[in-house]
Amino acid sequence: MGHGEYQKHEAKIFTPSFIVLLVLTLIGFCLVALRFIKGIGAVSNMSDGYPWGIWITYDVATGTAIACGGYAMAILVYIRNRMHYHPMIRSAILTSMFGYGLAGFSVMVDVGRPWNAYNFFIPSQWQANSAMFEVALCVMAYTTVLAIEFLPAILTTLENTKWEMAQAIIAWLSPRIAPDKEALQHKLDFVRAGATWLKPRLDKVLIFIIVLGITLPTMHQSSLGSLLLIASTKLHPLWHTGFLPLLFLINCMYIGYSIAILESVISCYAFKRPFETKELSGLARIIPWLTVIWLSVVIGDLAWRGQLAKALSFDFYSRFFLLEFCLIAAGSFLLFSSRRRESIRWLFVSAALIVVGGALYRFNVYLIGFNPGKGWRYFPALAELMITVGIVAFEILGYQVIVKILPVLPRLHTRQQIDAAAETAQKA
Amino acid sequence: MKKTNRRQFLKVAAAGAAILTTGKASASEAHRKVNNNTLSMLYDATKCVGCKACMAACKRVNGDYGSLAYEQASFDRDGLWDAPQDLSGSTRTLIKLFKESERDWSYVKYSCMHCQKPSCVSVCPVAAMTRDPETGIVDYNKNTCIGCRYCQVACAFNIPKFQWDRAIPQIVKCDLCKNTNLRQKGITACAEVCPAGAIMFGKRGDLLAEAQKRLAENPGKYLNHIYGEKEVGGANHLYLASMQFNKLGLPVLKDEAPAEFSEKIQHTIYKGFVAPVALYGTLCWIAVKNMRTHGPDEKDHHNDTDKQGGA
Ligand code: SF4
Ligand code: SF4
Ligand code: SF4
Repeated sequence: MGHGEYQKHEAKIFTPSFIVLLVLTLIGFCLVALRFIKGIGAVSNMSDGYPWGIWITYDVATGTAIACGGYAMAILVYIRNRMHYHPMIRSAILTSMFGYGLAGFSVMVDVGRPWNAYNFFIPSQWQANSAMFEVALCVMAYTTVLAIEFLPAILTTLENTKWEMAQAIIAWLSPRIAPDKEALQHKLDFVRAGATWLKPRLDKVLIFIIVLGITLPTMHQSSLGSLLLIASTKLHPLWHTGFLPLLFLINCMYIGYSIAILESVISCYAFKRPFETKELSGLARIIPWLTVIWLSVVIGDLAWRGQLAKALSFDFYSRFFLLEFCLIAAGSFLLFSSRRRESIRWLFVSAALIVVGGALYRFNVYLIGFNPGKGWRYFPALAELMITVGIVAFEILGYQVIVKILPVLPRLHTRQQIDAAAETAQKA
Repeated sequence: MKKTNRRQFLKVAAAGAAILTTGKASASEAHRKVNNNTLSMLYDATKCVGCKACMAACKRVNGDYGSLAYEQASFDRDGLWDAPQDLSGSTRTLIKLFKESERDWSYVKYSCMHCQKPSCVSVCPVAAMTRDPETGIVDYNKNTCIGCRYCQVACAFNIPKFQWDRAIPQIVKCDLCKNTNLRQKGITACAEVCPAGAIMFGKRGDLLAEAQKRLAENPGKYLNHIYGEKEVGGANHLYLASMQFNKLGLPVLKDEAPAEFSEKIQHTIYKGFVAPVALYGTLCWIAVKNMRTHGPDEKDHHNDTDKQGGA
């Protein structure tokens, strides 16, 4: 695989947005500490009727779908054989890695007895009937896979870097505490040699790991739908169907492609790079086909179960259903026109509509359509929300920093692109 | 590449085989008939006098083992009474009064239904919820529980409760006094102390027969329905009452266990782990083929490794 397709983004790390995100992150993490000292009830509004709140619904069920950019791009590049999208894949994998890693972190905040989680590795405790068992193992495995997929970016950096920072530190240290400058130099050389040794070997097996990275999300994204299959008396019939696993799977695919578009547009805008219009309009062509399949399954299933009337009754549930449905339908409708697919603005709008609609679908299944019985109510507490906000802030923060220290973003190839980049940079 | 391919495949296949064996055991379990020799309780709401002796006994007997606590009412500053408002992280059983009018009212006792095909057991990812096929007791083990609360989402009766206010929380639910009164005296604490004979303890078959007898002997007194006989595939906690059960907070449920439905789908997808392995194999084949066709120009890229920076 060509690593020459990527480059670091040369820019300052400590920007104003860095500070804002850092503050949000710190607030979130303080609240996490509070949760571990005083119990989950102290920071959240979850109850015995609504045992899963915003943490599971957003950070896990929705967050991993939004982190499916890496999955969707991998299918496109390696399975559908569109190698020219390869330059876009590394940033997609990076966001996926953050999304999944932090979903795992949220789970550890959310569960009551995290110290018992080692039971997932003890075969006698395995419980293959449980969709959650499947989700947990797959998510852990997939996070590892993503880290390995991202390893080449780190290795090339280790291999090629001049270690300016490290050199500076050594130079500063050497007369003071560590007089043995030679030994330290030697260690750095050793790391560099290790990276050089590992990289070609990793390249050889990487494709099998990448394919594993396609298989695992296929499994656990559908299982995220299966999780709610058992709640047949609590989940509203508009959403409770045997097709939940299939719907969740297709849902994560179109969210994945849409989020890849959004990410590219936003990061090009924020980092003042030229837009990747050609690639994006190619991606955008796939989305409406997926959403059309999804929407037909939804309607067909409702008709088959005789729930169409309920869907159009305009009560509380029906409104949320229609909202989700219309957002997705509108976004896909826009993308059917090839003229709009050429415009960054329309691409952005339609991808955003689809991501919001697709995320709302997951909220509907996990929270809004979930009714445990009379007398139970749920709306997230402020502290609970701030923990989620902190986690998201940390995610964006990490992305911002990493693209500036590792070769992640697509290389600007032609003279034209570079000029355009310089121009946009100047304008700003 | 071939070699790595095979090694990878063997690894996945081995994992598949491990899951296959566990999968088989659960598949045969799914076709289990209702076992009437398991331990049961029959609560007769028309006999209950609402004295709450069962609640007090349950907390006294299981307090330490089940980590139950007394719950203070807002008016009771001195903490004289135990006043739970609902089942909770400190309370395994509860008596409530439902009053429609001066003439129509009924007590009702809440506690775990000990389902024959329990949802909580089906969903628990680490097998912390278990059902003993001999006794029918659905038990909870806090030493394996990770506190994910999926059992709460899954239980149609909203029975498992979580200790929201504790730093080291656990799930709380009735275990038929398995490790306390039942072990010591052979009867559950609540059934033992009931002064009105409203709670009967025994084999499920015997209690069903008793319930049917009461229905036949007292026409008009009861609603002609034994709650728990058929609900969600049968439960081991049976109810007789004169008022509609859903008015008493016992939901109207289908005869099919929700766990049958969800497990059927889960097993169809993951039967013998064949589908995921096949998916992985096929995708590998396609991807490797794709890589081959792109071989030469990929090589070119290789020589030109990441240059730092760029524009
Ligand atoms: S009533 Fe709920 S907690 Fe009790 S066995 Fe049935 S599913 Fe499990
Ligand atoms: S909370 Fe505990 S008992 Fe309930 S499903 Fe999760 S691990 Fe199992
Ligand atoms: S059987 Fe035991 S644990 Fe269950 S409600 Fe009665 S006294 Fe409590």
